[in-house]
Amino acid sequence: MRVPPSLITLALVLVLVTAPAFAERIVGDAMPDRLAAAPGDPERGRAIVTSRQTGLCLLCHSGPFPEERFQGDLAPSLAGVGSRLSEGQIRLRIADARGLDPDTIMPSYLRTDGLDRVAETWRGKPILSAGEIEDVVAFLATLKD
Amino acid sequence: MTVRRSSLAAAVILLAGTALASDTDRRSGFDFMGPQTQAMQADDTANPGMLSVLDGEDLWNTPAGAANRSCADCHGDAATSMRGVATRYPSYDEKAKAPITLDQRILQCRADRQEAPPLAWESPDLLALSAYVAHQSRGLPVETGADPQLTPFIDQGRELFTQRQGQLDFSCADCHDANWGKRLGGAVIPQAHPTGYPIYRLEWQAMGSLQRRLRNCMAGVRAEPYGFGSPEHTELELFLMTRARGLPLETPGVRP
Ligand code: HEC
Ligand code: HEC
Ligand code: HEC
Repeated sequence: MRVPPSLITLALVLVLVTAPAFAERIVGDAMPDRLAAAPGDPERGRAIVTSRQTGLCLLCHSGPFPEERFQGDLAPSLAGVGSRLSEGQIRLRIADARGLDPDTIMPSYLRTDGLDRVAETWRGKPILSAGEIEDVVAFLATLKD
Repeated sequence: MTVRRSSLAAAVILLAGTALASDTDRRSGFDFMGPQTQAMQADDTANPGMLSVLDGEDLWNTPAGAANRSCADCHGDAATSMRGVATRYPSYDEKAKAPITLDQRILQCRADRQEAPPLAWESPDLLALSAYVAHQSRGLPVETGADPQLTPFIDQGRELFTQRQGQLDFSCADCHDANWGKRLGGAVIPQAHPTGYPIYRLEWQAMGSLQRRLRNCMAGVRAEPYGFGSPEHTELELFLMTRARGLPLETPGVRP
């Protein structure tokens, strides 16, 4: 019996975002393996990072985005992050920054547990999907200086 | 004597329950605005909120409801009878056995004394009456929170202020205690002192209440906003006003 590939992907995604599997993916301060089957697309990643509806990154961060007028200063600049951190380190910082440092204000983009009073539209959903996070990781890895 | 005074000061700081180092560190949202917006608030002929205050003055003098009475019929000249009133709100209501906001107090008089149908939350008339009453206290220091019956409600408000909420998992304190003065995208994060309400907000192109402002902040972190008139809003407002004690009221404030 052959299981359709879409079902396998679905099962994989479900496994990846449940808490124990999540913890098992962490090695030191990094999450070395991709969260989604397909590799990330840096161009899509850039669009997510600069979007005020999806990524929200520029609310807090600044970076090499000359066309973006309003950038935050609550967080370090994203410029050069690709040479400071490995892809795995970047992945973990986006997926679960709070897991690394419970006091950080950087949201955990892939977690849906332990949240309180989430508005109905967003309830049970992570801020970004696994695929979107891969896009963002692929893009940040290109920010070498 | 000195010991007593410093322990009193410590108690006041505990009551305020904030990470702010001292009174001199406390700044109104006014201080974080650009010079043009500041000038707009400071000049009554340019401040769009003054139109609402003038509407409120009309309403104050207009008989309403089955009682066919105006606010002025009972309270006379607001410049005298309402001077300082807004500096003490939210205040403890004996009937409700809980704090009520200035808006709720106005709605009470409208229901019980004027026997008029209620004004809707955020309606221009309620905002105007509230702006008119609060304007009579402009320049006077906030005094809210002195009544010991309020203590458990202030504690509850502090709890709400410090609990993380929403998909982005932020507390009010994460922004307004720990990161005020910094830039969140295009906006400078103020300390969240509710000293100018109701305000004219340029982004709204309209007057709005503190509750509307707080609902904006909650929506920003993708949390379920509390309902207008809910106890949570009253408790948050009570906590914020207690935390702002001593700062002058500015109504009508202008905010970006
Ligand atoms: C609400 C604020 C906030 C948002 C939104 C936010 N971050 Fe962060 N981020 C931080 C803070 C603060 C730090 C620094 C870590 C610390 O001090 O806790 C950080 C650290 C990082 C780091 C590690 C940087 C380094 O040099 O070590 C990366 C990478 C990062 N963020 C990427 C992102 C991306 C990508 C997004 C959007 C998808 C994002 N952040 C959204 C606040 C934020
Ligand atoms: C992610 C950051 C953030 C969080 C969390 C947040 N706020 Fe705000 N708040 C802001 C910003 C930014 C402004 C100013 C917006 C502007 O000027 O356009 C603001 C404005 C305010 C003001 C208006 C102050 C004035 O001068 O008129 C009050 C009051 C306030 N917030 C209270 C709260 C409360 C209470 C909570 C929690 C329920 C909260 N905020 C959560 C960022 C935040
Ligand atoms: C028939 C008389 C009457 C009318 C009409 C009336 N009020 Fe009152 N109002 C009172 C009385 C009496 C009190 C004080 C009750 C108390 O202290 O328990 C009061 C209290 C108040 C307070 C609280 C004062 C404080 O020190 O806490 C405000 C604010 C107020 N009224 C506003 C208004 C407004 C605005 C209107 C019109 C929309 C209005 N009132 C109409 C009789 C009236």
